[in-house]
Amino acid sequence: MRHGKLSSASPMALRRYGFILAFLAAPLVLYVVFVIAPYVQAFQIALTNWKGISPDFDYVGFENFGKMFADDVFWQAVRHHGLLLLVMPLATIAIALFFSFLLNVGGGQANGRRTGVRGSAFYKIVFFFPQVLAVAIVGVLFQAILRPDKTGVVNSVLGAVGIDPVGWLINPDLALWTIMGVMVWQAVGFYVVLFSAGMSSIPPEVFEAAALDGAGRFTLFFKITLPLLWDTLQVGWVYLGIAAFDGFALVQVLSVDRGGPDNATTVLPLEIWRQAFTFSKYGYASAMGVALFFLTLTFAVLTLRVTRRERIEF
Amino acid sequence: MTRPPQRTGGRVGVFGPLSHLALVVWAILVIFPIIWTFLGSFKTNTEIFGEHPLGLPATFHWDAWGRAWAKAHIGQYLVNTVIVVAVSTFFTMLLSSMAAYVLARYRFPGSKAIYLLFVSGLSFPVFLALVPLFLTVKNLGLLGTHTGVVIVYVAYSLPFSVFFLTAFFKTLPTSVAEAAMMDGASHTRTFFQVMLPMAKPGLISITIFNILGQWNQYLLPIVLLPGNAEEKWLITQGIANISTNAGYEADWAGLFAALCMAIIPMLIVYIVFQRQIQSGLTAGALK
Repeated sequence: MRHGKLSSASPMALRRYGFILAFLAAPLVLYVVFVIAPYVQAFQIALTNWKGISPDFDYVGFENFGKMFADDVFWQAVRHHGLLLLVMPLATIAIALFFSFLLNVGGGQANGRRTGVRGSAFYKIVFFFPQVLAVAIVGVLFQAILRPDKTGVVNSVLGAVGIDPVGWLINPDLALWTIMGVMVWQAVGFYVVLFSAGMSSIPPEVFEAAALDGAGRFTLFFKITLPLLWDTLQVGWVYLGIAAFDGFALVQVLSVDRGGPDNATTVLPLEIWRQAFTFSKYGYASAMGVALFFLTLTFAVLTLRVTRRERIEF
Repeated sequence: MTRPPQRTGGRVGVFGPLSHLALVVWAILVIFPIIWTFLGSFKTNTEIFGEHPLGLPATFHWDAWGRAWAKAHIGQYLVNTVIVVAVSTFFTMLLSSMAAYVLARYRFPGSKAIYLLFVSGLSFPVFLALVPLFLTVKNLGLLGTHTGVVIVYVAYSLPFSVFFLTAFFKTLPTSVAEAAMMDGASHTRTFFQVMLPMAKPGLISITIFNILGQWNQYLLPIVLLPGNAEEKWLITQGIANISTNAGYEADWAGLFAALCMAIIPMLIVYIVFQRQIQSGLTAGALK
């Protein structure tokens, strides 16, 4: 009897494992070779002086990191990430929250349910549109719109009200702000839709009860919507923070001289790309990659720590 | 107690009209650059650089579109991009749903570890891997080939797709699959004929997510399809190249036409599938 059970179970188990192996092998091999291995190798290459021309290289310990910490451009890029991190997520979240509140709750009551203002569906469709455009395409588009002379769209609108042309991208004090503006332009729609989804999951009775108690739009927003939306906001903040450590495509395409004028808009991903594929300094580029990794990681861990709060169940 | 259908504003005051104005202004900010680009593709250089950059073109010349399509190779880049994205999205979906299904439904030693390995890929910036990735692709002789781009796209799309689809397969009822197995269907057959059709909503969301993400890639094409592989280029790098390298004798109308060729297909796809796209792109954040 025991024998019978074994002989009937064992081919089945074998088939089961065969199936698991067959289904996992291809994705796993692909993933390990092209994703995991490069991430691990990056740490190793960061410790070499590899220039890519010859296959040989020496381990130089932390020399690349020493060079990096003495490199002004590196610190400029880090400062830019700091500014991006401070301004871009806040501006995007503030604008997106304002719009999503108007589009979901701000329209008063109809049949006892809070609704958005008139035309909400239309706005949600339009606002989201920049999100489906490639960042590189957006970069080229805004290059034409922000041309520094009178022929740029923005400057010709300003000209009509008597303001002199602004060097949006050629003024080193302004260029990074301009690029942040374009980032916000592209991102807002996504967060409007994200926050709208969060708001629609707040039960309408909560708003009803508050409105019965005489709460106005401001109270509804700050006392009800905001606290109940905390989880979604946190997700949005992490996403935008990670985006603040990227910026590659936009800066590479939109800025003057790829990161200019005079490195005024450069970011670490751009420097990594430049060091690797313009100067073939693979070791140095990888060291910057490691720095970027630790910056991103620090941000993610800090955010999750600081914003952790008790969850409001509803 | 039923109320008659009525709308009662909260506090109207100045807040109402002002907030509506803000919505209108933002909508204009979004739509206007795109319309301006579209009109620009019909203008002559003097109309673009003249006194009235905001004006309408005097006549609608289509020749800039012809120039962009043929001379600037935008047609070629579009075809390349469609092929690459179609093939790589197909394999992304096939491989990630296979892996996700096994990880969601089968317990075996190491299953948890493999799942975590896939998910960990979500937390690394791709720039860290850039140099070794480039060298791996180069050593395999795949630099400057669409095969190389497809393989890399699939590999880098796996973490999110596997993460999302694993969660999705876990939500599906087990009874149907069990019944199929009882009837003698193999594991593979159960997956393709029973589970995949059931997982359709999740698969659609992630397919859209991957198509958009891969279509809009810029970094990987410029690294994996360098300058000497120009006939293999994809749309984003082709357009960025026109704008950065054309310099001052730039054919602006041609550039605008090229931009429109990249924007209009996305606009149409978005308008047709906007509900699925919005939920597909935001689904990841809410999981």
